Amino acid sequence: MSVVTLAQVQLRDRSAGSCEQRNGFCPDWIADNWTNYVDPTVRHALLVALAVLFGFAIAFGLALLAHRRRVLVAPITAVTGVLYTIPSLALFLVLLPITGRGITTGVVALTAFTLLIIFRNIMLGLDNVPADARDAATGMGMTDRQVLWRVELPLAVPEIVAGLRVAATTTVGLAALAFFAGAGGLGGEIYSDLTFKSNIVVAGGLCLLLAGLFDALFVLIERLMTRWRRAVPA
Amino acid sequence: MSGSPTAHHRAATLEFRHASKRYPRATEAAIEDLSLEIPAGEICVLVGPSGCGKTTAMRMVNRMIEMSGGDILLDGRSISERRPAELRREIGYAIQQIGLFPHQTVADNIATVPRLLGWERDRIARRVDELLELTGLDPQEMRERYPAQLSGGQRQRIGVARALAADPPLMLMDEPFGAVDPINRERLQNEFLRLQAEIGKTIVFVTHDIDEAIKMGDRIAVLQKGGVLAQFATPADLLMTPASPFVEDFVGADRALKRLALQRVRDIDLWRAPIVRVGEPVHRARAAIADSDLPFPLLVDAESRPVGWLSERGLLGERVTPELRSRATPTVELDDILRDALSDLLTHETQYGPVVDAQGRIAGVLSVEVISHALAAPASEVPSPTERLE
Repeated sequence: MSVVTLAQVQLRDRSAGSCEQRNGFCPDWIADNWTNYVDPTVRHALLVALAVLFGFAIAFGLALLAHRRRVLVAPITAVTGVLYTIPSLALFLVLLPITGRGITTGVVALTAFTLLIIFRNIMLGLDNVPADARDAATGMGMTDRQVLWRVELPLAVPEIVAGLRVAATTTVGLAALAFFAGAGGLGGEIYSDLTFKSNIVVAGGLCLLLAGLFDALFVLIERLMTRWRRAVPA
Repeated sequence: MSGSPTAHHRAATLEFRHASKRYPRATEAAIEDLSLEIPAGEICVLVGPSGCGKTTAMRMVNRMIEMSGGDILLDGRSISERRPAELRREIGYAIQQIGLFPHQTVADNIATVPRLLGWERDRIARRVDELLELTGLDPQEMRERYPAQLSGGQRQRIGVARALAADPPLMLMDEPFGAVDPINRERLQNEFLRLQAEIGKTIVFVTHDIDEAIKMGDRIAVLQKGGVLAQFATPADLLMTPASPFVEDFVGADRALKRLALQRVRDIDLWRAPIVRVGEPVHRARAAIADSDLPFPLLVDAESRPVGWLSERGLLGERVTPELRSRATPTVELDDILRDALSDLLTHETQYGPVVDAQGRIAGVLSVEVISHALAAPASEVPSPTERLE
């Protein structure tokens, strides 16, 4: 755990009797020090955004492949499933000798974790497309590609976005460990002083806030893309 | 082929030439060897028990199922020469489950094929409104709705409108009215026949319901297992002279009665009634009775509307007096179908009833005898489904 000690920073005034000394929740300390959390938060958001973005791009490609060739569903699920079950800390450390310390290692590992969730949800969405809509689309003369882009994918949006929401929120949590790989983020702040309540509350709270923001963003995207789902039956 | 949004009365011929379909590893062919010629502008119904291959035969036409042997010619040209997607854009396609796209508005759904064909925006918008009107829907109200906001009957209509969008010379319809209740189905069938009278498409119509086949078809192809063509005939011929015990069984023991649904009262030779009016000289009334097919005089009013059957006492004086034997019930209309007219006679326990035109004026007398005579008449006198509607 030498990495952890490396990240230790002297954060606070330890003078006797102060709120800080009692490891308490200290509004004054927070007011004085919140600016220290801005950069880690931005870095944390960047880690999550990149991981979900790359994860979506890769999973989307894999899903389109598997949609055409159903035999690929099982192997892809198996491989992404293995990636998903590797303990995150282990993956960060395994990647260190390959990609080195830094944001690359963090993003690569986090991306690997999102693949299973996003892939499975895209497949679920495509599988849930009503067979009659697909039959009508083909029967009216759409090519396979047109059926995919004009009918299947628009109808799969709810499931796809649901997958992205789960992927984003879990990645916010996992990204708190990315500082072990030198990728930064709010994890560094949390682990810099695990005993200090004020620190934990602020850093942890920012993680929750980020998760909430990502979730809200996807909800908004879904609402914009699925107006038809909210049509009021006549 | 058309600069205007409409280009009606374009219809294609369709020919199955020894077409067959075998699935790998299946012991029997889904379709053994089907040959069938469908003239342009006619509704050809493929009917038969489930598993007879009627849907397979229909889906081979737009290559949703690839045939294994033989050929299918659309306007004399083999469909196997065509790229499937291109071929399908020329063939209207309506299925029982309709398959409307839930994420698209009614207008977008209808615009599907015109968009694939690259029509211009304005032309598509005009065509959408035109089709909505043609199928009896209000464009203003419907255009922006999503399928979830439609009733079952409205969805069926949109499905048909969408299939018609690019004015295809051939339409494939697989139980298009199968998913609605009987009352709505009847209405949709009538609407569609009225529409067909206007647009005159060639239509391949699949159903398992012989009554629907008889109602909708100009010609009916009865299929049995393996896509074997048991009979290909007009509805009247099919009912009059079933080609085999299978067909006889399939059309049902009541086939003579089913024929009654094919004709209207105006299509058959009615009896001439001895028509008398109040105040008419009795000798003229007696001459009218002698000259008619019925011994009982029918009293009509000044507008020639039937009042009732005159009693013998009404003819005792110099001039006809309004002495009625019975009222003129039931009164049958020229536009009634024979089945309903006969049913009317039977409910009133009578052998005959006066027939009136749309204005209520006497047009003749329908009797049970007249109906049974009509049933024995050659099938050529039976009108086509679209004619029957008029």
